[in-house]
Amino acid sequence: MAKKPEYGLLIDYEYCTGCFACQVACCQENGWPAGMGGIQVLEIVQNLPNDKAYLTFMPFPTELCILCRPRTKKGLEPACVKHCMANTMKYGRLEDLAKEMGKKPKMVLWSPR
Amino acid sequence: MSNENVQIVRTTTWSAGPGCHGGCGVLAYIKDGELIKLEGDPDHPWNQGRLCARALAMTQYIRHPNRLTRPLKRVGKRGEGKWKEISWDEAFDLIEKKMKTIRKEYGPESVIFSMGTGRDIGPWICMLAYAFGSPNVMFSLSGSACYGPRISACNTFQGNYCVFDAGQWFPDRYENPKFKVPECMIVWGYNIAATCPDNLFGHWIIDLMKRGTKIISVDPRLTWFSSRAKHWLQLRPGTDAALAMGMLNVLINEDLYDHEFLEKWTNAPHLMREDTGKLLRESHLREEGSENKFVVWDDTGRRLAIWDGSQVSYNLPDVNPALSGRREVTLADGNTVSCHTVWDAFREEVNNYPLDKVEEITWVPAKDIQKAARFYAKSKPASIQWGVSIDMTPAVTPLCHAISSLWALTGNLDVPGGNVITRFAYDAVAYALPGADGVIRLRNKEQDACRVGVKEYGPYRTFHWRAQTDLTLEQIFTGKPYPIKGMWIQTAGILNGIGLDPKRWREALKKLDFIAAVDLFMTPTTQYADVVLPAATFLEKDGVRSWWVPLQSINKALKVEECRPDVEINFELAKRFDPDFKYETIHDLFDDIIKPSGMTYKELQEKVWSIPPEEHPTVPYFRHEKGQLRPDGKPGFKTPTGKFELYSTYREDWGLDPLPHHEEPPLTPVSRPDLAEKYPLILSTGRRSPAYFHSEHRMIPWLRQLDPDPVVEIHPETASEHGIGNGEWVWVENWMGKCRLKAKVSPIVPRWMVMAAHGWWFPEKSGKEPSLYGVWESNINQLLPMGHQGKDGQGAPLKHSLCKIYKVGAKEES
Repeated sequence: MAKKPEYGLLIDYEYCTGCFACQVACCQENGWPAGMGGIQVLEIVQNLPNDKAYLTFMPFPTELCILCRPRTKKGLEPACVKHCMANTMKYGRLEDLAKEMGKKPKMVLWSPR
Repeated sequence: MSNENVQIVRTTTWSAGPGCHGGCGVLAYIKDGELIKLEGDPDHPWNQGRLCARALAMTQYIRHPNRLTRPLKRVGKRGEGKWKEISWDEAFDLIEKKMKTIRKEYGPESVIFSMGTGRDIGPWICMLAYAFGSPNVMFSLSGSACYGPRISACNTFQGNYCVFDAGQWFPDRYENPKFKVPECMIVWGYNIAATCPDNLFGHWIIDLMKRGTKIISVDPRLTWFSSRAKHWLQLRPGTDAALAMGMLNVLINEDLYDHEFLEKWTNAPHLMREDTGKLLRESHLREEGSENKFVVWDDTGRRLAIWDGSQVSYNLPDVNPALSGRREVTLADGNTVSCHTVWDAFREEVNNYPLDKVEEITWVPAKDIQKAARFYAKSKPASIQWGVSIDMTPAVTPLCHAISSLWALTGNLDVPGGNVITRFAYDAVAYALPGADGVIRLRNKEQDACRVGVKEYGPYRTFHWRAQTDLTLEQIFTGKPYPIKGMWIQTAGILNGIGLDPKRWREALKKLDFIAAVDLFMTPTTQYADVVLPAATFLEKDGVRSWWVPLQSINKALKVEECRPDVEINFELAKRFDPDFKYETIHDLFDDIIKPSGMTYKELQEKVWSIPPEEHPTVPYFRHEKGQLRPDGKPGFKTPTGKFELYSTYREDWGLDPLPHHEEPPLTPVSRPDLAEKYPLILSTGRRSPAYFHSEHRMIPWLRQLDPDPVVEIHPETASEHGIGNGEWVWVENWMGKCRLKAKVSPIVPRWMVMAAHGWWFPEKSGKEPSLYGVWESNINQLLPMGHQGKDGQGAPLKHSLCKIYKVGAKEES
């Protein structure tokens, strides 16, 4: 049976600006070549009524995300969390992050593989 | 990562590497002389541990296989791509010989020193040019249309530049008790936050939003800020000044302005003659009177009073100047003229912009303008962050006048959370932006008289210390008033980035006797040089960053092959060109630059950054009240009248319209309906990418994957009308030429406009002519003309031209 996930990433996507710092920080930290990496930023453009639209960016942890175990073991934040230009990401225990998630809208909680 | 033998160097980003205007504190992890990792410095007040994609990709940049690592001498024809490695001594000898020959035969001004965006080469290219004896340092963009015009405009109207306040003058930033979070910020022609232009950290705006700041976005595109704005004003590109005038109209006619600021700190009461439309000056009243003293009507004494801008005082006690009203004034020659006040004239101009007319010009609904203007005016404090789009229109200065009148008349100038006057920390100037004066100067003022553009353009004469780019290009062809024979090109992508009409620039380069280029990679531009010198990244050099705040040192962390820092290259040559060059070592130069701080360069290097103490005149707030803005220590602003000038005395002297106003740009559907018939879409260019700094970084794999192709954004309905699908290649074409871009079909652009990415070339393709790294395939600047600079030589139409689009492979229209 798969081990139950304990840690995750809480992301406040209201403020993700699509700067891609997380994506490159992951490549640098873990030595991934271009085209691979533990997190990818997605752009979502949603049409709204009255000819309006809304632009959202969403960092998505991929199959390669290991939540920067070598860093977190040393008490450091994952590389993506540390460098996020908009301070939108938080690393922690899923149950703590779930509580935090209730504090404001437009949050997503990821539990990578 | 094992920590064995890892050395951590604390330093500051600026210039080659991330490519930006810098300011971030970083920790460089060095092992055996190699960079193994770069991280944001958590103890640095600027970025507080954060770091952008471009800085995080430095390990791929430093040791990139295509980096230039040795000086190269051209051995084939220009553009043929044949080069020979030479030693630094050979390179310096060759450059010295060639440039001294030009200097002897034609004069030092015949060599142009061309720079790209404002980075730490700014001071060093000036140092080299001035040591050589040439005043012609050229920022290579048409109309210097990036930052310089805005700074120059602010010098014109308010004596100093200003920026939005994010507590950047305090080490404890947002926590400082003096700082206030703005209730409202207008983000005007600025996107994306990941670019940190103008020496600000873009994500400070997000920090402020999280603390409660509401956004008004002024942008034709649905940007990230537009999405989250309380009010989004989606204007037609190039009509910003009409919008600002409309907002001023609401502010004034709904009485939402700051009366105290108006009365105390602007030249609103100064009288203007109705016969000439110009300011009434003391010299008009009395023959012995001064040209530089102005006249008001004193309501208390029922008499005229004289305002002396140099003394910032009246000639009489207890003057109560009338803000409005018509007076008959007797002149020195006995004639009588009618006069009204600057405030009367300003309001009359503003009343030329009723909101229904503004809606017609800007395409923004009048009610939205009204709501936004009211919200801005009622928010205390409120600030405005303007982007480079402001510079990218020919009538940039009247536009800046309108916008700066917004922050002045709402009482938001140099107040906590408003637009704060910004000066170089400690007044230590390395890089002399318009209006500034550092230790790097021409030997004498006479040498400056022949600078290109000085005769033609007031701002260039007064405080914009560059050669005017459009005139320089013409002068290369005409040889008048003097020939241009050589060019020193330092990290400037004239053909692949900064140059408009790049094919004409290529012809110009081919005409020159000698070109030296300094860069980190071969580019389409360096292919035309005679010698190419390999430059260093910020991690490979010592340097000084004094650009607003903090005062920072760049500390060398490593060396790569034979690459040399720009400052070292220019220092060596400056010594060869100027027998009286006053510095022995580069650290002597740095000591001299930062002398006003009271620190030595060594001391600064230990600290890495330093913010002046709170009472220092380079630290906000309310400095016009405290007498900290003018060199004489008197209250007021550093302008000819000592006031914020609603009517510009400089502009009057330069023969230009002294009031803010809108001018329709030259290449829009309104000004050129004839062209719009054939080219019906508005062509806007230069949207920022988080992966790139202008034409740089296309060869860095981690960055290229983020933004792999030259993109043109097209609205889904427009794309569908043209049979274009998302991701398909399209031709974007106008009367100047065409280029091939990949369609990004998205409602982030309006139906009537396309947005083309700029700075595209393909380092993976052949560098030889005719390919030139594929620069003619997708460089959008081929569709943009030179020579449309504003009436004061500043600004250029980069955001509003015209084009048509069609799918590549489709039957091409004639």
